[in-house]
Amino acid sequence: MNLTLTIIGQMIAFAVFVLFCMKYIWPPLMNAIEARQKKIADGLSASDRAEKDLALAQDKAKDQLKDAKVQAAEIIDQARKREAKLIDEAVAKANAEREVILAHAKAEVEAERNRLREDLRKQVAALAVAGAEKILQRSIDEAAHADILEKLVQEL
Amino acid sequence: MAAGELTVSSHIQHHLTNAKMCTVDGSVAFNKACSEAGFWVLHIDSLAWSIGLGILFLWLFRKAAVKASSDQLAVPGKFQCFVEILIEFVESNVKSTFHGKSKLIAPLALTIFVWVFLMNLMDLVPVDVLPALAGWIGATFFGMDSKDVYMKIVPTTDINTTVALALGVFVLMIGYSIKIKGVVGFIKELTLHPFHTKNVFVQALLVPFNLLLEVLALITKPFSLALRLYGNLYAGEMIFILIGIIGLLQLPLHFIWAVFHILVIVLQAFVFMMLTIVYLSMASADNH
Repeated sequence: MNLTLTIIGQMIAFAVFVLFCMKYIWPPLMNAIEARQKKIADGLSASDRAEKDLALAQDKAKDQLKDAKVQAAEIIDQARKREAKLIDEAVAKANAEREVILAHAKAEVEAERNRLREDLRKQVAALAVAGAEKILQRSIDEAAHADILEKLVQEL
Repeated sequence: MAAGELTVSSHIQHHLTNAKMCTVDGSVAFNKACSEAGFWVLHIDSLAWSIGLGILFLWLFRKAAVKASSDQLAVPGKFQCFVEILIEFVESNVKSTFHGKSKLIAPLALTIFVWVFLMNLMDLVPVDVLPALAGWIGATFFGMDSKDVYMKIVPTTDINTTVALALGVFVLMIGYSIKIKGVVGFIKELTLHPFHTKNVFVQALLVPFNLLLEVLALITKPFSLALRLYGNLYAGEMIFILIGIIGLLQLPLHFIWAVFHILVIVLQAFVFMMLTIVYLSMASADNH
């Protein structure tokens, strides 16, 4: 147990080792460790965020699906209503048209009938007059023919 | 070791002697020639093993550091993971004890822990192997008597190594004290504690007493550091040597002591590191 110059040598070695460690070993390793820690922390927080985002998106999708269902029901309802309305309108229109056509047809028929009746009356009158002329050419026996004439006139 | 008491004690003596180098009359001399040189002797075996182990430590860790900084986010290999675990371990110990900002403390603690551990680890190499090898090399290649070749392979069983470490820490303690508190603050700390009064005259009486106490407290710190490590390892080495000379029966005993010693060498390295951190944090704590 004798103290010698070795102490100085060991102290120099010690100082050099510590300085080397401080300059070239500790900082790069610590930086690497910290960088990796940061990366892991970032990854964890990112995965947390992604989970939250996913939950949010799922909620949103559910809401949207619900909305879409409601909207679809509304649209179908509206379509049904519109359909019924359209049919009603069409029926009403068709009825109106039918009335118009019917009225036209009736009027036409009436007019035709009147015209025909007029024609007929004219012809019958003409016939009656012709028949009467023929009878008159042969003999006019007023007494004998008066009843015929009378009948004719009544029939017209 | 059949040859009697004298050989046994000289064998032990041989194991406990460092290889020395000094200058006698202007030329380099070794071992027994240095018995008169006093302080001016270098223990070349301690120096060689400790510096070699220190370089081994720096080389291994530097390799990991280079790898780590080449691609910081790459998946680390097994050795790099091991190095990083050690670094984290030291870092957490420093953080929990030293409440200041210092670029030096953590690398210092790491260096002390790993270096002291490696030096202690040499204790687990069977005690006769390397000295015998050195003796054989000395006898074969340098024509020396193998009894004159000394090789003490555990640098921490040489008190010079542990004192050097403790002195290094001591210098840092004083440096930190002066850096944080200033020269005046440091002197105040040494003179106005633990006994402090507002009365100037009483205080003047108390100053020498305070100074004695504080200086003693200051000096015992490196002393205890150096002697604790040296004592533990020296005793361990001694027991290895004693076990080594009892013949075949040494095998189970050696095994048991070696297993126990694994605990001791890690513990002593850890204790040295922790106490260094504690002393330095005490030195840099502003309020006493």
